[in-house]
Amino acid sequence: MASLELRNVNKRYGQGQADTLKNINLSIDSGEFLILVGPSGCGKSTLMNCIAGLENISGGEILVEDQPISGMSPKDRDIAMVFQSYALYPTMSVRDNIAFGLKMRKVPQARIDEEVERVAKLLQIEHLLHRKPSQLSGGQQQRVAMGRALARRPKIYLFDEPLSNLDAKLRVEMRTEIKLMHQRLKTTTVYVTHDQIEAMTLGDKVAVMKDGIIQQFATPQEIYNSPANLFVASFIGSPPMNFIPLRLQRQGARWVAVLDSGQDRYELPLSVEDGQSLEGREVILGIRPEQITAANEGGPALRAEVQVVEPTGPDTLVFVSLNEVKVCCRLAPDAAPRAGESLALQFDPDRVLLFDANTGERLSKAPEHIPAGQSGNIAQFAAR
Amino acid sequence: MSNAALQPRLSAGRIAIYATLLLACAVYLIPLIVMLLTSFKTPDDIRTGNLLTLPESFTVIGWVKAWAAVNGYFWNSVKIVVPAVLISTLLGALNGYVLSMWRFRGSQLFFGLLLFGCFLPFQVILLPASFTLGKLGLANTTTGLVLVHVVYGLAFTTLFFRNFYVSVPEALVRAARLDGAGFFTIFGRILLPMSVPIIMVCLIWQFTQIWNDFLFGVVFASGDTQPVTVALNNLVNTSTGAKQYNVDMAAAMIAGLPTLVVYVLAGKYFLRGLTSGAVKG
Ligand SMILES: Nc1ncnc2c1ncn2[C@@H]1O[C@H](COP(=O)(O)OP(=O)(O)O)[C@@H](O)[C@H]1O
Ligand SMILES: [Mg+2]
Repeated sequence: MASLELRNVNKRYGQGQADTLKNINLSIDSGEFLILVGPSGCGKSTLMNCIAGLENISGGEILVEDQPISGMSPKDRDIAMVFQSYALYPTMSVRDNIAFGLKMRKVPQARIDEEVERVAKLLQIEHLLHRKPSQLSGGQQQRVAMGRALARRPKIYLFDEPLSNLDAKLRVEMRTEIKLMHQRLKTTTVYVTHDQIEAMTLGDKVAVMKDGIIQQFATPQEIYNSPANLFVASFIGSPPMNFIPLRLQRQGARWVAVLDSGQDRYELPLSVEDGQSLEGREVILGIRPEQITAANEGGPALRAEVQVVEPTGPDTLVFVSLNEVKVCCRLAPDAAPRAGESLALQFDPDRVLLFDANTGERLSKAPEHIPAGQSGNIAQFAAR
Repeated sequence: MSNAALQPRLSAGRIAIYATLLLACAVYLIPLIVMLLTSFKTPDDIRTGNLLTLPESFTVIGWVKAWAAVNGYFWNSVKIVVPAVLISTLLGALNGYVLSMWRFRGSQLFFGLLLFGCFLPFQVILLPASFTLGKLGLANTTTGLVLVHVVYGLAFTTLFFRNFYVSVPEALVRAARLDGAGFFTIFGRILLPMSVPIIMVCLIWQFTQIWNDFLFGVVFASGDTQPVTVALNNLVNTSTGAKQYNVDMAAAMIAGLPTLVVYVLAGKYFLRGLTSGAVKG
């Protein structure tokens, strides 16, 4: 168990090539679970390999328990990794696979047997110990791969997309088991995924990465509620956040976003801290599907034509067109209208986000300026 | 699906196919049959009868004489082949391991040059090799001949192993490094055990090449250190006395037998090793 810190870590694979990792700064406390999420090819595996020592970094420093480890060889770093492909040794039995790391470290045989038993019990693979990896199902191989990492009791676990080769049902099961295991063992963990549900459910902290740059590093809730930019906002959340490009209009002392469904118009009130900077500026309004719901009787509402209805079970997704953009709304299943019908929608203006249309950066919200009593219906923004 | 599809009838087309196959078999087998029949005949029998008749009186005198003549050289060949095959296979495996898992700057170029070695004709290296052996003081020794075979075979064995190992997932080596295994431990404990098919390919290939080699044997060995192929040639080409075809044929069979045995014992691995890719991780 140990804290992990990355300071300005850079990685370039070869001279003349672009940097694969650019100035990565991350820091997690002992026992925390860090999720590294991003699209394929953004450098997640590269970062893991750098932490493990399988690749040398080109700049910066990696610290474990405040001690620099960049100069150490992989075996001295006391870090264990679970690979996406599992990388089980094909000619060894499950027992030998789990014991290999301990044997290499010259642990006495009695201790090795003890550890193997412990890990096998934890992962419920006791009955598989004598088998070869080729005689195991995908889920079982995955467990053995985790067992190999657990056996050594290292300072840090690295998981590189450990569940992406499993089918959907098993993936959900293993996700819960990994969370349970982490709660029990409390070992510092870095977990790579491109699955935003895993990112939201497993981590204490989430780092969203794109093109070798950390876009945002925060708690899952912060990432979800206050994404730093359009990329983070679109990557996290399913179905994804709706983005409606528009120009804000001034209405007396405040700003409004005008939404037009074709059959109705609605002025979504926003309160902006620095009024002048939004004059004539193009912004993108971000609203998550669950923030658009069926309107209460008598409240302010926007009527819109229902284009597509997708019942998912726990709720129903309804697609309408606002400002000529397809917008997804998440309704309660019993409120589900039919396609072609007209539906009254209400918005949760508190949670609405504004992004700069040119840079994609979020215009920061300034909740402390919300006047008491008005917060129910006014979202406030400051241009950053 | 009907049974007819599974049990083909004997149509005209099939008969033609079988006839062609039988003919092909005959083309390959008749020389062998002639050799075998001749080796068990007496010289008189050979002179009077025709090639394909059975021996009038069956005798093993040809084999006895042949064994007496090539016996020593046969063991020479064994002494050359065994170390040469083992060393070139082991070094090839090591080379292939480095070239696929521990790439270094210029390793692609290195591999390209090594590949070039596969296309070098034997004759080209005769002079440089004999010069080198002379400088090393290994001229006309078994060790020298082994060295030449190892060096020449390295291009092939490296190619075999490198192509096998590039299809092994690199994550296996990474996992082992994190587990604390070093360069040779990873090679010996993880990669070699999964290389059985390609080791077999290499052994058969190298055994056949080196056992059947004549040119290196005749150039780099002399007198008592010559391999069996050279001895066979000397035996057959002696101009003194009457031609003893039965002895010649028996000696040729003796010289060819070991490669046959190796094919029979390890042949199934040969095909498997050539056709299968890597072991799945
Ligand atoms: N060994 C390597 N040599 C050169 N480039 C590499 C190497 N490994 C990865 N890359 C490049 O680095 C980038 C990030 O790769 P990777 O870390 O595997 O992404 P991810 O795991 O997020 O999908 C990719 O563009 C990839 O082509
Ligand atoms: Mg990856």
